[in-house]
Amino acid sequence: MSAATRAAPAAMPADFLDTERRSERALGFWVYLMSDAIIFALVFATYVVLSRNYAGGPTAAELFDLKRTFGETMLLLFSSATFGFATLAMLEGNRARLLVWLALTVFLGAGFVALEIGEFLGMIEAGASPDRSAFLSAFFTLVGLHGLHVSVGLVWIVVLMGQLSIKGLTRPVASRLFRLGLFWHFLDIIWIGIFSVVYLPGVL
Amino acid sequence: MLGRLTIDALPLYSGVAMFGAFVTVAGALSVLGLITWMGKWRYLWAEWLTSVDHKRIGIMYVVLALVMLMRGFIDALMMRSQQAIALNSDGYLPPDHFDQIFSSHGTIMVIFMAMPFLTGLINIVVPQQIGARDVAFPFLNSLSFWLTAGGAGLVLVSLVIGKFSTAGWTGYPPYSGIDYNPYVGVDYWVWALVLSGVASTLTGINFIVTILKMRAPGMTLMRMPLLTWTALCASLLMAFAFPALTVAGGMLELDRLFGMHFFTNDAGGNIMMFANLLWIWGHPEVYILILPAFGVFSHVVTTFSGKRLFGYASLVYATVAIMFLSFAVWLHHFFTMGSSANVNAFFGIATMIIAVPTGVKVFDWIFTMYRGRIRFHTAMLFTLGFLVTFVIGGMTGVLLAVPPVDFLMHNTTFLVAHFHNMLIPGALFGYFAGLQFWFPKAFGFRLDERWGNRAFWCWIIGFYLAFMPLYYLGFMGMPRRMEHYNVAEWQPHLIVAAAGAGLILVGIILMIVQLVVSVRRREELRDHTGDPWNGRTLEWLTSSPPAPYNFAVIPEVHGLDAFHDLKERGIAYARPSRYEDIRMPKNTASGLIIGSFAFVFGFAMVWHIWWLAVLSVLAGLVVVVIRGSQDDTEYTMTAREVEVIENARYEQLARAPRPEFDEEQEVIPGAPLRGGVM
Repeated sequence: MSAATRAAPAAMPADFLDTERRSERALGFWVYLMSDAIIFALVFATYVVLSRNYAGGPTAAELFDLKRTFGETMLLLFSSATFGFATLAMLEGNRARLLVWLALTVFLGAGFVALEIGEFLGMIEAGASPDRSAFLSAFFTLVGLHGLHVSVGLVWIVVLMGQLSIKGLTRPVASRLFRLGLFWHFLDIIWIGIFSVVYLPGVL
Repeated sequence: MLGRLTIDALPLYSGVAMFGAFVTVAGALSVLGLITWMGKWRYLWAEWLTSVDHKRIGIMYVVLALVMLMRGFIDALMMRSQQAIALNSDGYLPPDHFDQIFSSHGTIMVIFMAMPFLTGLINIVVPQQIGARDVAFPFLNSLSFWLTAGGAGLVLVSLVIGKFSTAGWTGYPPYSGIDYNPYVGVDYWVWALVLSGVASTLTGINFIVTILKMRAPGMTLMRMPLLTWTALCASLLMAFAFPALTVAGGMLELDRLFGMHFFTNDAGGNIMMFANLLWIWGHPEVYILILPAFGVFSHVVTTFSGKRLFGYASLVYATVAIMFLSFAVWLHHFFTMGSSANVNAFFGIATMIIAVPTGVKVFDWIFTMYRGRIRFHTAMLFTLGFLVTFVIGGMTGVLLAVPPVDFLMHNTTFLVAHFHNMLIPGALFGYFAGLQFWFPKAFGFRLDERWGNRAFWCWIIGFYLAFMPLYYLGFMGMPRRMEHYNVAEWQPHLIVAAAGAGLILVGIILMIVQLVVSVRRREELRDHTGDPWNGRTLEWLTSSPPAPYNFAVIPEVHGLDAFHDLKERGIAYARPSRYEDIRMPKNTASGLIIGSFAFVFGFAMVWHIWWLAVLSVLAGLVVVVIRGSQDDTEYTMTAREVEVIENARYEQLARAPRPEFDEEQEVIPGAPLRGGVM
């Protein structure tokens, strides 16, 4: 909580975030996120339709391991929290702390991706590859699409860390960080959807 | 190394296909040669290919659309001529080639003709109409164009290297799956669609933000011109419907590449998922095509009737209602799927309800003309042709919306007649009207009206000849997409239809003549004022062609028809006391480069050249990162530079011949215009 109180706007000039066209860019990015949400919604719908089509192959209950999923969830949720702290550091104008929080976010996000890849490889080894049944096709596509988004997000964070190191905390960089934050938290929400629609009903 | 790309990919299987490939290659080479011969590469690169100016991008979109219209129309001519002669004979097209032709015809006309055409018109007009200097994201605009061009490039390349899809423009599985279609055709189709689909999504986002955020002061939502309204609704549909196409195409490609089972017959796949996903995009897509045309008609009718629009608010509400309803009718494309009668009834009724707001619009346009002084400009002729013809198409649509009727009529030429009856008058005539209407704005001179009128009559008569017989044939039970047939009664109708297509060909040739004549007479047809038609909305306030920044001073809006209002108050051409510096976006090649890598990626995926696919994705990402790290993407046009341009503009205005319609310009809102020209 102390971080929140330290994020008083007094720490930065009033127009700090007011880069040119910032409000257009923010709205545009929101519309993009909603458009992306439609993509996820349709892939979710497809998964729900196909989720019991095991075609004699392995079922969700046999494949899903809630412990691993819990680990993935924790990593991703905490990475969202660390990104929140990064945003607070940005509002304070504290570049060093901002970089530390971002690095921590990358670390947690990479952990998430690593766990997911491990899960996928394990399933494929056990004969549950995406071409085994419609259920598995939909599972790999939905979860993989989210994982792909997280990976792109990681690359994006690294790029912005590079920009921060080279250019400093300039207005354009701060404006980009804000949109990256939207993206990163958006992926958290999607993951909660995946946890509730894919994993939980799968083992229940 | 080259995946499955071998020498067999050349179209040596049919003389007609070889000729098509030859024409494509020769056409491309001659265009490149012409540019080289004229020494225009540097100009083209600096002023057009790397431009982020919305007007230039718009013009490039329209040029792309017209090129693809030629290609798609040649497909149509081939189908009509084949069917006219293929009674108890093979005709001149082998089945495999015929199937490619109807697939590419539909794909091209919807995705690579209509979409670029409307996007181009919106690009040229909407920012000017709302008093803006450019779109919200000029670079994104350029990127969208080049992704679309990349997709169109894939379709054209399929003519020369490999084959196009034979699965129709909707590409239903399982036929489009790997088991029945192992070769490259469907892959070309998917990647072309996905590239241009992503481009359309980005365009939608761009124009939503442009229209919501960048309107001139005083232009409230209910003061926006109709084209802006329809563009906003179409953009919302683009941003929220095109993802469905991306998802459907992506899953089909996953099935094909990795043996997944979304839409396969076996292992739990569900074919109808594809139909649902495709039409969740596909039906809104129809309204993406048609709504901007409705916007064009609204402007043409008001301008050439010399009256303000009848029932502006009802037209706006009707447009928004259609936008929402368009998401609730997709199942009428497959009533025969086997859903319950109640589900079919819901979608049937929802479909019929769309006729209500559309009817409201038709009455609004008719009442706008009522007691107006109508000038029969070519754009107006296309509008009148639309009104009459579109109503017929709408009624056959209501007929098809009745599920039991649909069970009888689906997959017949009745359906083909119906949707051409909607989209040719409803969309294409609208784009043509827009082309005739805004051509002087884009190029500085008007199009010759006599040749335009002649082209119109060929188009409209040709349309009736080509498609009315298909209604009959549908009732007679003729299935669509037949390569040959053995029912003698069908042939006379098919011959009439072919004659109609021939007449449309004459219409297209006359349009080319119109263009050539107009270019040669351009000094006579010069638009000196920027307002050749006594226009009512802000795009006519700028010069023709407009300065890069459109408006030296952003106008203030006090009501509907802002420019008309300025003219009424006599301040439309008032000189501002001083000019200010203007921030403008810098040109960039990034969009062109990313679009090129996207094209290479698509090609590599079609032919399974994996290293090239990975390489092009990485290269594209690098360009994105570089572009995303640039802070300095704008430059300043100084007040002095602006003043020089504006002074030239005012000199031109002073020298301009007095327009005919200036006499007795006294407009009582809603009442007929006195004076004016017939």
